[in-house]
Amino acid sequence: MSELAIAIEGIGVLGPGLPNWRAAAAVLAGRAPYESARTVLRAPEVLPPAERRRAGRIIQLALAIGAEAVAQSGRDPRTLASVFSSSGGDGDNCHAICVALTDAQRSISPTRFHNSVHNAAAGYWSIAYGCAEASVTLCAYDGSFAAGLLEAATQVVQQAQPVLLLAYDADYPLPLQTHRHIADACGIALALAPAGAARALATLRIALTSQAATRLAQPALETLRVSCPAARGLPLLECLAQARSGAVTLDYLDELRLGVEITP
Amino acid sequence: MTPLPLTSFTATSCLGRGLAATWQALEQSRSGLKPCDFETVRLETQIGEVAGVDAVRLPAALSLFDCRNNRLAQLGLTQDGFDAAVRASAAHWGRDRIGVFIGTSTSGILETEIAFRHRDPISGELPASFDYQHRQNSFSISDYVRRALGLAGPAATLCTACSSSAKAFAAAERMISAGLIDAAVVGGVDSLCLTTLYGFHALQLTARGPCRPFDRRRDGLSIGEAAAFALLERSASPAARSENPIWLLGYGESSDAHHMSSPHPEGAGARLAMQRALAAADLEAADVDYINLHGTGTPSNDSAESLAVETVFGSDTPSSSTKGATGHTLGAAGALEAVICALSIRHRLQPAGLHRTEPDPLLHLNYLTECGHAPMRTALSNSFGFGGVNCTLLFGRTD
Repeated sequence: MSELAIAIEGIGVLGPGLPNWRAAAAVLAGRAPYESARTVLRAPEVLPPAERRRAGRIIQLALAIGAEAVAQSGRDPRTLASVFSSSGGDGDNCHAICVALTDAQRSISPTRFHNSVHNAAAGYWSIAYGCAEASVTLCAYDGSFAAGLLEAATQVVQQAQPVLLLAYDADYPLPLQTHRHIADACGIALALAPAGAARALATLRIALTSQAATRLAQPALETLRVSCPAARGLPLLECLAQARSGAVTLDYLDELRLGVEITP
Repeated sequence: MTPLPLTSFTATSCLGRGLAATWQALEQSRSGLKPCDFETVRLETQIGEVAGVDAVRLPAALSLFDCRNNRLAQLGLTQDGFDAAVRASAAHWGRDRIGVFIGTSTSGILETEIAFRHRDPISGELPASFDYQHRQNSFSISDYVRRALGLAGPAATLCTACSSSAKAFAAAERMISAGLIDAAVVGGVDSLCLTTLYGFHALQLTARGPCRPFDRRRDGLSIGEAAAFALLERSASPAARSENPIWLLGYGESSDAHHMSSPHPEGAGARLAMQRALAAADLEAADVDYINLHGTGTPSNDSAESLAVETVFGSDTPSSSTKGATGHTLGAAGALEAVICALSIRHRLQPAGLHRTEPDPLLHLNYLTECGHAPMRTALSNSFGFGGVNCTLLFGRTD
């Protein structure tokens, strides 16, 4: 079985009770208690004013985690290819369009429509940083974090270049929330680079596996892991936070999972 | 990159089911567009609807997936022996060694749009029969294709709007090249829905009559739907050795970093994608025999794309947009037009761009209004999406 070896140069996290990587690392390493709280999102200053006004929660989330990971990596964001991975895209926007389509006029605002594309966050990211590099946006339902990591790692190895991975999702409003429960806005970004990179925080070896997914020991964190697609990546972050060698298995598709060996 | 053979491919669109019907329409310069009469939509525009989608039945074991988009997928998978070719490939490589990468822009959103009309008046809840995971979610289409074909390898849906299914070829190539898989089912499936019909109308991007790419009076796009698939295999596969396939020679990707729904005015991102595709294939611009343009028929797309193509290729390379025949099939367009490129190379014929009655003096391409006959070796296909996400594919023969 083939294995992909890559380096991590930066980490970004934003989710309920996890305001950034530094705070999340303290929780995941057991140095601080986990206290769940609604995810706080802010309009991204990096966007031009028109785009900033149009940026919904999902875009705010993606830009926040991406900025944190890139800052730690020390890379120029204009030079980074990117992999965006999200199960649902912008749920608030989807709801608004579906409601508008029940009106007699069926009038959808142009902004609503262009924000409805699954790759909207990637578009805003490229505009924010003037990044002309390749960008792909994926969806694999609850396996979206693993699908994104697999695609990003493949790009790093095949194209021998750094790649920014951003995995993120947010809760739908009712009534869609009843049929697709996502607890809150939650995202993880990883700035990845070819193995051996000078600024590497850790090296990852990634391979497909059929082993069971790693669970988190703290019940509240385990609840979070299974209540947001991007949080399926938390076992990897836990190992990184503890700065130890280890191996974790991440949820991907029913019978197929992603094995990750971590070496600090 | 190392060229990869398309050992099987198929397309179903408003031109018909499968390759023979598709090619016959293109050869005869026949359009599949008609005045919009879809569902309850009342808009003055034309659509490219696939006939008979509602009558398609999914296998009983996959009934949870029942929606227009997956019915269209099922219809497409069963044309040209594509499903059988995939099963033979799975028998050779192993079902866990074949990936599934399908592009879509709206998946099964039509069922959600309809469900919102039937919310409980008091609770606001959707009907109990509503199934988000298997219909609305973008992964539904790749999940459906993977299960319908009995595959067990990696899978993801590519969601980059109108370049989605072009990106599927790129993602699959990387994973085959990395040794994670030996083959991949790539493709695009997008079906008519209210979000795109009313959404493009809101942006004033839908044409009133049939779309007229590269015409001076072009006034927008016509929305279509399609299911198009290709089986990419490691070149060493038995199928690749025994036949004389069309090959994926290269691809190039870029971002405009300009605007969410308007292309960069000089086509800077489009130019970069085409240059990267040529570089990946180790070809010069002069080696390309035909360009299947993104050519949506909106004023801004065609101007920007024309400038970009002219910068890379000059004004001589035979070019056309086949969207006058098929409509813009959005997330399926990259795969549909990849199949059209493969057919063009196989039949040595460059399809005409339909409905261009008056050339635009500002567009300086060798735009074909009649089919061209040529000893074709290579064809290039452009796909550009909202968010400024561009992908160019390059196909050819290697004999």
